[in-house]
Amino acid sequence: MLDNYSAPIAVMNLLPADGNVKAASPLSHIAAPENSDEHQNICLKEEKYLGHIVLRGNSENESIKKGIKNILGCDLPAQLQCSYCDNVSIRWISPDEWLIICASDKAYELETALRKKLSGHYSLCDVSGGQTLLVLSCNHAQEVLMKSTSYDVADCHFPVGKAVTTTLAKSQAIICRKDKNTWELVIRRSFSDYIWQWLQDACFEFRVIEC
Amino acid sequence: MFSIYCPHCCEYREEEEFHVVGEAHIARPIDPEALTDEEWANYLYMRKNPRGLHHEQWLHAIGCRKFFNVTRDTVSYEIKESYKIGELPSCVE
Repeated sequence: MLDNYSAPIAVMNLLPADGNVKAASPLSHIAAPENSDEHQNICLKEEKYLGHIVLRGNSENESIKKGIKNILGCDLPAQLQCSYCDNVSIRWISPDEWLIICASDKAYELETALRKKLSGHYSLCDVSGGQTLLVLSCNHAQEVLMKSTSYDVADCHFPVGKAVTTTLAKSQAIICRKDKNTWELVIRRSFSDYIWQWLQDACFEFRVIEC
Repeated sequence: MFSIYCPHCCEYREEEEFHVVGEAHIARPIDPEALTDEEWANYLYMRKNPRGLHHEQWLHAIGCRKFFNVTRDTVSYEIKESYKIGELPSCVE
């Protein structure tokens, strides 16, 4: 019965068709330091205006596995893993939930393409407006995280390619290690200002950000 | 601090990621309409408070957001095992 599940679902492009509408990221009120010659060691930045799509479904569902492989070009990541492919990344959130991150103007396209391809009991939800992505990238990124999360971020416990949802400061984040010194944090929009200021403060002792 | 094993993430995590949700293995009555008020109240409100092994539900709230069961010793606070909903505990008195 579930294979024939086809209730009408309202899918809409969240980007305004009228280009005059001004977009504002959750951290648009913060003036991020320019990466100029004077400040080459900027550790923290926001990747603004990305498309965030939550996929839920049974990981054993072949149509989900194949659809993701066909459309995004990479496999669904296994437990506590993330996978990167051309301009798209997928993070494992729970045994039946993944977060797909892509360019904002591709989110609607990807969602509709996936809906055409996937079958069975699944859900796709565009949550771009609810969260944002921070990138911590410098030699001290790991030490900054050690101060901020109770999760063990040591190399042996948190290798490159791992993705973990855990506590960060007094909020939470999906922490993903992209390469040795690059960590990506997906955070709630409503906590973005708090986490930005927390991380900026945590970075301060390493003199890696202009404060 | 507890280090609690999440059977869905297959890792030990800090206690602050979890919430306790109460006693486990409480079956919902098949025909609630047929119950007396006392039986219904017992189902809704009456909980065990044992000294020793206790099976309880926990939620990995800041993590995979899945419910699972834990067998905990209420005297020593030691967690004997974690297991998924639908499975039976191996530590029983």
